[in-house]
Amino acid sequence: MKRSGEPLIRVAKKTELSGGRLALFSLLGLCIAIFVGGLFILTLGKNPFAVYQSIFMGAFRSPLAFQGTIKIAIPLLISSLAITLAFKMKFWNIGAEGQIIMGGIFASYFALFHDGLPHFLLLLIMLIAGMIGGGLWGLIPAFFKSRFGTNETLFTLMLNYIALYLIKYLTEGPWRDPASSGFPKIATFTANAQLDKILGIHAGWVIALILVVFVFVYLKYTKQGYEITVVGESENTARYAGMNVSKIVMRTMFLSGAICGIAGMTQASGAAYTLSEGIAGGVGFTAIIVAWLSRLNPFLAVIFTLFLSVLQKGSSVMQSAFGLSTYVSDVLEGIILFVILGVDFFTQYKLIFRGAQKHD
Amino acid sequence: MKHFKKIAALLLSAMMLLTVAGCSTTGTTGAGTANADFKVGVIHIGDPADGSGYSYAHDLGIVAMQEELKLADSQVIRKINVDDSDAAATRTAIEECIEEGCTLIYGTSWGYMDTMEQMAAEYPDVMFSHGTGYKSNGTNFNNYFGRIYQARYLSGIAAGLKTTSNKIGYVAAMDVTNSEVTGGINAFAMGVESVNPNAKVYVKVTNSWFSPDLEKQAAEALLDLGCDVIAQHCDTTAPQLAAQARGAFGVGYNSDMTKDAPQAHLTAPVWNWGVYYTMTAKAVMEGTWDAANYFGGMDDGLVDISPLSDNCAPGTAEAIEAARAKIMDGSFKVFEGELYDNAGNKVCEAGQVISDADITGAMNWYYRNVIAE
Repeated sequence: MKRSGEPLIRVAKKTELSGGRLALFSLLGLCIAIFVGGLFILTLGKNPFAVYQSIFMGAFRSPLAFQGTIKIAIPLLISSLAITLAFKMKFWNIGAEGQIIMGGIFASYFALFHDGLPHFLLLLIMLIAGMIGGGLWGLIPAFFKSRFGTNETLFTLMLNYIALYLIKYLTEGPWRDPASSGFPKIATFTANAQLDKILGIHAGWVIALILVVFVFVYLKYTKQGYEITVVGESENTARYAGMNVSKIVMRTMFLSGAICGIAGMTQASGAAYTLSEGIAGGVGFTAIIVAWLSRLNPFLAVIFTLFLSVLQKGSSVMQSAFGLSTYVSDVLEGIILFVILGVDFFTQYKLIFRGAQKHD
Repeated sequence: MKHFKKIAALLLSAMMLLTVAGCSTTGTTGAGTANADFKVGVIHIGDPADGSGYSYAHDLGIVAMQEELKLADSQVIRKINVDDSDAAATRTAIEECIEEGCTLIYGTSWGYMDTMEQMAAEYPDVMFSHGTGYKSNGTNFNNYFGRIYQARYLSGIAAGLKTTSNKIGYVAAMDVTNSEVTGGINAFAMGVESVNPNAKVYVKVTNSWFSPDLEKQAAEALLDLGCDVIAQHCDTTAPQLAAQARGAFGVGYNSDMTKDAPQAHLTAPVWNWGVYYTMTAKAVMEGTWDAANYFGGMDDGLVDISPLSDNCAPGTAEAIEAARAKIMDGSFKVFEGELYDNAGNKVCEAGQVISDADITGAMNWYYRNVIAE
């Protein structure tokens, strides 16, 4: 057996595709995804067109439905922007969930115990507190990575659980609603600590859109943004150019965590009106998919966030309209995302089989 | 490159055509009855399709109501697996019911309470009925619950007669500070004591209403202690399955779990929610609902125990029947003095009866034969 060490299948990066062609591939991916999802619906004995129609209508059929869709989109968009910053630096922050929670906890402190402050001052303090809470939660793994070389993927993941248990502790202990006769829950925020609505939806959507522009400009046109890109491309290059890599990593992760913290603040004060274990609800993980699909482009992130939000909101309506289990809508969402990501993979990479090559 | 554009364009237009075709086929007409517009929404924390436990028991009640009032399937909107610790998700689920045209919405889990209270103020034309909580507004938001402790007392008799090790395990969702759970444990322990003064009830807490893994672990820990009957106040069948795997016996909760653990299960305190759902849905449909709070008992048929299985000790049926008769005619209230907690303090004077509000809202002590670490 004389074989070189060549594996059966190799994955190689393709040459960069043009923007127009990329868009076409994405569209094609979406079509295939919807088609495969349709096959799944068929196997359940339902009409795929009726189901897709119900999903679409469920997201847009009324002002209430549309507001519901946007409310799902707000934390998703904000956290995907946060992840974009970290991923641009190739710092694999999968701790957005925990950073959202910490933002929510810090903001909730002022909502629960200082709600006598003037309304806008209180909200501003809550926003800043949320940013500090999330930012610190992002800073911790960055500090340990630059000081001790710890693995940030594991570190940020583990911090999610610590944050979650911190909410449990607060709910069952010091922050328990005294009026709840022993049941563990945190009190509903007073109206003074609730985020105002703009056009029927809590103001988080305005904050999210401002952040889109901010992250775009920050990455593209500022010195700090440039430093992030350089560190992401090659830490050695950054060092050679005289950049303080650990400072850049820590600064960027504080910013990334702080933006997640904003999502936590807007969720607590705008959507839930309280602090509870479900405050992040998996958004921090879904945001990774958004950031990845949008190729770390803030404007594309808006589009993919809307797509996922429509899918999620509509699936929930579809579930009850067709009397299906929520697991069915979860599987459908999973299939659609999986196919889109798969097509996305093949637009960027190609498979080379052993022996079959050497034509280029 | 060219042919790619063509394919994409073709696919897109095909999809659009089919979507339009799909639009025209939907829009089925109503049942044609006078109440065809009436719709009921139900928010479930779990999935009734699990076939046992909390959400299943509530949904049996919904189905009973639906049949009694002859509602079409399209008139009942179920939102399932709605996390009650996620207020934003709860709100979205309720909004979707309102969008569908529901004028009555049942929230079956405790954690929906605050969101329902807020939304009742925002939607005065929609009736909100919340189970197992304590809040209400007197106009369109009430709470409903019942004297499940009566049924727990009866199930304690079955456990007390069955045990041979005189150690009975109890998997509890919440600790002593939660009076709903604690009141249930005490009623069960008093049932045990009434037929077997030597038996002790060992409590393990999971800190979760719904967690198959934690419930299984707690049950196994109790079995390791030597318990030979496992009772529960938590949502899944896991404790019963754990008891059956060890050749022990069990008392379930919420629905008849004999079908899940046929070799182990004795009986289970069960809710017949259909009694309440039928009564309120009928009243809302006829426009006569007064949003009064509801706290029903065995005399209403709201609570009972499931049929005794063949695993029960001889004489169980007779002992339970005797106690049931006294509860039904009102001569026995379960929590009657004198009562002592497990630290030796007198918690209820002779001749006194503890009120329902205290049993479900302010009971933070364990009865004298209860042991909890």
